[in-house]
Amino acid sequence: MIPVEHILLLSAALFTIGVLGVMLRRNVIVIFMSIELMLNAVNLSFVTFSRGMDSMTGVIFIFFIIVVAAAEAVVGLSIILSIFRTRKTLNIDEFNILKW
Amino acid sequence: MLIIFYIFAVLSIFGALGVLFLRNPIHCALSLVGTFFCLGAIYVMLNAEFVAVIQVLVYAGAIMVLFLFVLMLLSSKDTDQYANKWPIGKILAGLLSFGIFVQIASLFTAGELQLGPKGAYPLEVVEEVGSIALIGRLLFTDYILSFEIIAVLLLVAVIGAVVIAKRRFE
Amino acid sequence: MSQIWLVPAFPLLGFLLNGFLGKRFGTRFVTFVGPLAIALSFAQSLVLFFQMLEAEGNVLKEHLYTWIASGNFEAGINFQVDQLTGLYLLVITGVGFLIHVYSVGYMDGESGYYRFFAYLNLFVFFMLILVLADSFLLMFVGWEGVGLCSYLLIGYYFEKDSAAEAAKKAFLFNRIGDFGVLSAVMLIFLAFGSIEFATINAEASTQLEYGGALVTAITLLLFLGATGKSAQIPLYVWLPDAMEGPTPVSALIHAATMVTAGLYMVARLSHLFVLAPFTMNVIAVVGTATALLAATIAVTQTDIKRVLAYSTVSQLGYMFLAMGVGAFGAGVFHVMTHAFFKALLFLGSGSVILAVHHEQDMRKMGALKNKLPITYMTMLLGTFAISGIPFFSGFFSKDEILWKAYSSPLGSPWLWGVGFLTAGLTAFYMFRMIYLTFHGESRVDSHTAEHVRESPLSMTIPLMILAALAVTGGFFGVPHVFHVIPNGMENYFQGFFAEIPSGHGSVSMEWTLMAFSVAFALLAWFFASRLYHSGFDLAAGLRNKWETLYQLSLNKWYVDELYNTLIIQPGRLFSTHVLWRLFDQNVIDRAVNTTADIARMVGNSIRPLQNGLTQNYALIFTLGTFLIIWFVT
Repeated sequence: MIPVEHILLLSAALFTIGVLGVMLRRNVIVIFMSIELMLNAVNLSFVTFSRGMDSMTGVIFIFFIIVVAAAEAVVGLSIILSIFRTRKTLNIDEFNILKW
Repeated sequence: MLIIFYIFAVLSIFGALGVLFLRNPIHCALSLVGTFFCLGAIYVMLNAEFVAVIQVLVYAGAIMVLFLFVLMLLSSKDTDQYANKWPIGKILAGLLSFGIFVQIASLFTAGELQLGPKGAYPLEVVEEVGSIALIGRLLFTDYILSFEIIAVLLLVAVIGAVVIAKRRFE
Repeated sequence: MSQIWLVPAFPLLGFLLNGFLGKRFGTRFVTFVGPLAIALSFAQSLVLFFQMLEAEGNVLKEHLYTWIASGNFEAGINFQVDQLTGLYLLVITGVGFLIHVYSVGYMDGESGYYRFFAYLNLFVFFMLILVLADSFLLMFVGWEGVGLCSYLLIGYYFEKDSAAEAAKKAFLFNRIGDFGVLSAVMLIFLAFGSIEFATINAEASTQLEYGGALVTAITLLLFLGATGKSAQIPLYVWLPDAMEGPTPVSALIHAATMVTAGLYMVARLSHLFVLAPFTMNVIAVVGTATALLAATIAVTQTDIKRVLAYSTVSQLGYMFLAMGVGAFGAGVFHVMTHAFFKALLFLGSGSVILAVHHEQDMRKMGALKNKLPITYMTMLLGTFAISGIPFFSGFFSKDEILWKAYSSPLGSPWLWGVGFLTAGLTAFYMFRMIYLTFHGESRVDSHTAEHVRESPLSMTIPLMILAALAVTGGFFGVPHVFHVIPNGMENYFQGFFAEIPSGHGSVSMEWTLMAFSVAFALLAWFFASRLYHSGFDLAAGLRNKWETLYQLSLNKWYVDELYNTLIIQPGRLFSTHVLWRLFDQNVIDRAVNTTADIARMVGNSIRPLQNGLTQNYALIFTLGTFLIIWFVT
């Protein structure tokens, strides 16, 4: 049996890498991928807890999370698409008109 | 068994680091797909076959393919650089992320992990009935309302994506 | 069940129908709905009136809705019908109906026909609420509502500057009165813990000390409200200006119903008022003074409606005199008879005005009696009634008031004397009006004269009915001294009003005073006929002899000018220099600007945080997450 702590550690590590990706990368799509990575890290801990607690709730949750992630990816990518059409770039630093 | 887990764990972390450090976004995407496969394998080891399957089908398959499509579509010349402005921000970001990691890790490494009361589905039951059958039963009974709502959400997302991405003819 | 709510419901429905659909459905619809609503209301009032007479304790109550329930304070929408309300109901809906019918003819062809009837129905609704209410709160709704309708109807011809000004004036003067009423209601709540009339009347003598400061304050404040609504000194000046409204409005609101609301309130709380002898004296003196002052002004006015307006102020003064000497029944009796004959006179004047094409100056009338026979006859009867010619309605009520003013423990010969003088003046100016309008030589300009003809039936029939009432209305309350028929009014109000000790004075004294006042009225009639019947040499001579007095009266004793100099101008100076230039600009504006400046400073200092770089936001977001996890674990 895999120790629960180890899986959670893996989950935390993946999550942190995701956070770093969001904060450091400049390409919008890569930032988006980092967000997906964070979502997956959370999924992993859900499954872990679900197994550890003999419950199915976590697994059901993942089902919903994956649907939300799909929806989010679709909408997010279409937003990026339409931004790209006007700005001709994927660099997030260029998307800075929403400010004072 | 444990060895296999560690192998997959290390592989998935490498994949994740690939997302973080690779220059070319296409490479990042492929590296992420690798991570998803590794996670899928770990799910199988946790007796969550259904999750493993949709992880591979939906995530690694559908969503990542969508990413790749968009990347191809928007063939942007500017290869992603770590911007050199404001290095303090980067250092701060690193420190903060590390801090969060330490905090989370210390939660379950400092002492014995308390998981609370056991639920109604121990391993034997899951193996006997089968994970997919159980999920299906639960989805269409206890979680039927959430299921319907999430279906509507998906529909809205699809329509929204079409509306947003559509070219506007003036 | 008694279904009291139906009484105000009909006019309200009429208002809604006329107001929202009247414009679309046109004149015939409005003509049908407007008067019908009041007629139904009148029918229901009649039913209630007789039910009330049969009912235990002569009172019907109905709980409709609990409006406010807070702690031990409860205010509901409760209706009650007792003797006083019953009488008012009949007068409001009865006279109101006649005036509605009259308006059909009078307002014919006006562009805002539907608007007029909507307002008129709304007015009746609020007036009914006012008299049906069983507590101050609901009565105040009606009180303000009739004020609003009065404002709307005075300003009916709002495109005319003078009408708009008059409406504003009426509204503002009523606000001063409202201040009094509201303050009094708060004091009453403090004293009784309740604002229901029944409680106040029942507990007044036990809760409040006779002649004490609190009861005096309450009653004086209430009386201030009454002076505003019922046009007494010092707040009477709005009523004459209110004649800018259409004539039916003057008849309904500014003669028969709304202006008697102040009297209604005093009569309603008679048990409270008798506890404050000082207030009673104030009421009597103010009433008498108003009666005399208004009568002296009416003597020289040339606008037919203004004569009637001042006459109304004067008659209201009479009623307050009655209240002030504790003759509540007599006062309410005069309210009723006055409603009949003054509505009649106003409607008659409206008929005249319509006939001579909206000319209101009596100097441009004359010799109309053959051309307007019905108007002439009915107005003459109304004049007899108001002048106190024996056996017409005004005679009985006025005589009752004068006798009470003389004989009541709260009265005095002085009050009688002034009232007596006023009665003579009343007869004089009323006959002056009749002679100037209907007798002598025609001064109507020749072009108009050809078109003068009697008003349509819808106007003359109400006139005739009102004339019949004005003639016979007095027999409801024939004073005891006649021994012919019992005093119906007194029996009717048996045990309703607060009792005051019975007066002194013998029967022979009453006969003597009555004879005096009748003789004086006849004398005044004779003078009026000498002065104004044919030729004005005598009148002109008198005017030259007493030029100063004439000017004083013609210019209404310069009261408006006095108010202007004493109150309005100082107020304006104060507002301009202190409130505006000093306080508003230096304190309020500065405070507002400083607040804005502070906000802008703070904004400027933290503005760089919003630099539009998404990853900066992400960084700060992460910092927040970090801190939250730190605090939680």
